[in-house]
Amino acid sequence: MTAYTASELLCVMAARRLEDGMTVFAGVGLPLLSVVLAKRTHAPRLTMVVEGGVIGCEVVPGRLPISTNEMRLAHRATMLPGITDLFLFAQRGYIDVAFMGGAQIDQHGNVNTSVIGASHGSSADDPARAARGNYDHPRVRLPGTGGANDIASLCSELVIVTMHEKRRFVPRVDFVTSPGFLDGGDARRQAGLCFGTVSQVITNLGLFGFDDVSRAMRLDALHPNVTIDDVREQTGFEVLVAEQVAVTEPPTETELAILRSLDADRRFLG
Amino acid sequence: MIKPGDFVEARRRLAAKPRGHRDKLMDAAEAVRLVQDGDLIAVGGCCFSRPPMLLIREILRQGRKDLTIARNLMAQEMELFLVAGAVRTLVASWMGPGLPWGLSRPLRHYVESGEVRFEEWSHLAIGLRFRAAAMGMPFLPTQSMLGSDLMGVGSAQTMTCPYTGETLCLVPALFPDVAILHVHRADRYGNCQIDGYPHMDADIASAATTVLVTAEEIVDEDLIKRQPDRTVIPDLAVDAVIHAPFGAFPGECYGLYETDFSHLDAYAAAQDEKGLDAVREYLDRYVYGPPTHQAYLDLFGPEALARQQRAARELVGGDPL
Repeated sequence: MTAYTASELLCVMAARRLEDGMTVFAGVGLPLLSVVLAKRTHAPRLTMVVEGGVIGCEVVPGRLPISTNEMRLAHRATMLPGITDLFLFAQRGYIDVAFMGGAQIDQHGNVNTSVIGASHGSSADDPARAARGNYDHPRVRLPGTGGANDIASLCSELVIVTMHEKRRFVPRVDFVTSPGFLDGGDARRQAGLCFGTVSQVITNLGLFGFDDVSRAMRLDALHPNVTIDDVREQTGFEVLVAEQVAVTEPPTETELAILRSLDADRRFLG
Repeated sequence: MIKPGDFVEARRRLAAKPRGHRDKLMDAAEAVRLVQDGDLIAVGGCCFSRPPMLLIREILRQGRKDLTIARNLMAQEMELFLVAGAVRTLVASWMGPGLPWGLSRPLRHYVESGEVRFEEWSHLAIGLRFRAAAMGMPFLPTQSMLGSDLMGVGSAQTMTCPYTGETLCLVPALFPDVAILHVHRADRYGNCQIDGYPHMDADIASAATTVLVTAEEIVDEDLIKRQPDRTVIPDLAVDAVIHAPFGAFPGECYGLYETDFSHLDAYAAAQDEKGLDAVREYLDRYVYGPPTHQAYLDLFGPEALARQQRAARELVGGDPL
């Protein structure tokens, strides 16, 4: 069996999640590599869209873009509709699936890419003020949503792809940048979101779904040589476990060779 | 500053300014005198794509302060605004130096201390705020942002749709005092054409009271008239036109030159070593130092510029890769 890194494992698992003919919203970095890998293996008729305002992107190996709006991504695309109109295609319902990562992910699939913690200014007896204090005086100011909130709100399906670390998998995110199931149950629909769902979380430890009723995260499959205890150790909340936990097929030589040719400098694969 | 959504005041401002067909060609220094302390400035392009760097440098050189800056994705150019002490509020969906370089140090420094407020909206929300303004309307509805904590950051509202009963998020029109944009070609009256990514520039131009445009090339009005379908910003909306080859550099201008990633690598490495002092040194060398745009380009040298032009031509110039 060929050795592979955690990033390569994530890319392969995400790529396998895509079906031929889908329209996929890809971010730069690992998600982009996953989509290109899928396109070059089992899903040649995938349409890739990118938030800079590109439909039908193609990527040149070795010249991967680092932002979502470079000419590297527009090369041989089919349309450059502009950012606002690209997201309006998502709102209309044309985007089937999207990949996303995040600094914090919680048990209901909410994602935080905005702020971590409060340095001062929060008030324990006034939750509304405390929330504002968190936001305006954060311990760590992260880059922010970009298109992540729109993607989570508007695409038919969201797949979260991320490294599995205890500090990342928290019971409740400090700030809901991108909505998963919010407080669980039917909270997402109650908030007014008519479309979209978090269908899966793919990590370097396994594949996770969400309970149909509580919308709490559930372990569905483990990657080779990973145990349920490894998952529990690296998760900051009580993760549900499916009755039958599957084991995934490891990345193949072909999959790894394609990934490595795309990012020969290993700028994204690490 | 026009209050979010105040379409009546925004229209009054347009009525109060000269809008006739006239020669608007001028230099950047003259154009930037139209920018006031405390203005809300919308910056065109997106991330490294078509940032209006000449106008940004000139605003900093002229020492404008207490600015509110709106841009969908902010990158290195906004680190310069922050460290120069020019900005009070950022209205954006994202800010970072670029994926390979992690979090923005200046963003963390100024926002975590509370000196600067980051008013975060989703990417589409920023786009719809400009579009609502471009439409001369107070707001637009969307299915984005609902249920998220972004609803509590800015002035988004919810309403019950009168037709379906569904809950909608409303985002208020964003009317900038000034828009600064970089385009591929313009005539001296301000008719602008853009190649490649349109980003939000056309909406931003219609949304703003005052519009300053730098162009890679100043073309004869006749060329515009021969391809009017390519014009995305009409002269009606434009107040100043500045000739600026490489006006987005070190960012990219679609088809003409690629982002100088090696320059940004060096900038990031300097910050790793010296923190914000590296940005102060960068401001001295690249912003306050060079007296002209040409002097700025000379800091990079013709070889570096030619290299970035070749890279662009390889990608979108039709040469097979």
